[in-house]
Amino acid sequence: MTALRIPPTGLRFENIDKRYGGLFALRRVSFEIAPGECVVLAGRNGSGKTTLLRIAAQIVKPTAGELSFPGPGSPPAASGRPGYVAHATMVYDELTAEENLLLFAKLQDVENPAARAEELLREVGLMERRDSLVRTFSRGMRQRIAIARALIHRPSVLLFDEPATGLDPPGITWLANSLRELNRAGCTVLMSLHGESEMSALATRAVQLDAGSVVADTKFGASLHSILTFGCA
Amino acid sequence: MSLLYNTAILLGKELRTEFRSRELLTTTAVFILIVLVLFSFAINPGTEEAREFAPGLLWLAILFASSLMFQSCFLREQTNDTLSSLRLAVSDPFAIFLAKLIANTLFLLLTELLMLPFFAIFYNIPLWSKLPVLILVLFVGSLGISIAGTAISAISAQARMRELLLPLLLLPLLTPVLVVSSLVTASLLDREPFVQWKGIGFLAVFDLIFLTALWLFGEYLLEE
Repeated sequence: MTALRIPPTGLRFENIDKRYGGLFALRRVSFEIAPGECVVLAGRNGSGKTTLLRIAAQIVKPTAGELSFPGPGSPPAASGRPGYVAHATMVYDELTAEENLLLFAKLQDVENPAARAEELLREVGLMERRDSLVRTFSRGMRQRIAIARALIHRPSVLLFDEPATGLDPPGITWLANSLRELNRAGCTVLMSLHGESEMSALATRAVQLDAGSVVADTKFGASLHSILTFGCA
Repeated sequence: MSLLYNTAILLGKELRTEFRSRELLTTTAVFILIVLVLFSFAINPGTEEAREFAPGLLWLAILFASSLMFQSCFLREQTNDTLSSLRLAVSDPFAIFLAKLIANTLFLLLTELLMLPFFAIFYNIPLWSKLPVLILVLFVGSLGISIAGTAISAISAQARMRELLLPLLLLPLLTPVLVVSSLVTASLLDREPFVQWKGIGFLAVFDLIFLTALWLFGEYLLEE
């Protein structure tokens, strides 16, 4: 889908704490993701997944601890920051799909922004709606444009917060295939998911958070299944 | 270079979204017009009283209208968490502030220029001969209002009770701009008009100090 522009990069969380007032969102979170690894972040609601992803995206600063990007592609330059898909679409409703992608491509010094925007619009299946305002889009279409925005600068690290939200089954299959391709090309992926799906099948490792702490870190097999379903299935 | 390039791109976005929705321009223009009309009933047009009080009323109307404008300045970046995507995309967060404050100044100036003919008619004060200097005063005054307003808007957007917080922080901070702009405008509208260059200089220094402070500390205002 997308060739990497910068060398693969990993992610390292060292003793990360995040406190909002007296409330600990994260407590001494430490783990490392190797360059090119695909990791699922699991945990119940409020366990700290979104906070950890926002720290990894460098939108939120940790109260204590350190985030680093080990590997040949580190440290990521401004234009090589992680691609982040959040709960919110992070695009402008009053701009068209193409204007949104062009805006973020130009801000991140993407070479030939118009061609890159067109390539992604084609990838996410919004080419025919390129001139429509995002506010006229359905939830699934908004999610597609949000994913396109995150990929616009060909990041080597992808952070996805429940990326399948709003997507229909063909959309989920498309996203899973795209992520598989990106991961094969060397992209490091960290995504939060609830339950097993086509998306979770891409992961080779799962990290489980509970009340802001890492309670399990496992690779492959039955334990991965157990983490994703919180031992309920 | 990257700062100016990013600012230009973001300014284009600000102008495009505003001219598409016309939310801020309509709100501020209607607000200023209402205030000017209402106060015109209380003051006899063309009298000394009008020349004395009308400049202050004009700047009060501009100040209150601008606080409406700043209310949504950063708030609308929160609707889809677009502020986060901007922070991820730009290398210097000052570009976000710079684009917003330039856009706010342009919107404010445009509204003021649209309102000036109404001001001249309602208060029967001829403006034509003083227009170039008056535009200069409006520019330095509006720039000061926009710089402080954009900064306060970034603070209040992340706070609870943001609708109350913005005017509470903004109005005291802008008192010097209000007082000096009113005095300079009054001296221009006097029967024997003169230009208070010291006042214009004061406004320019106010703008410079607040712009420097925003450049130095703006990044912290955007943190969650």
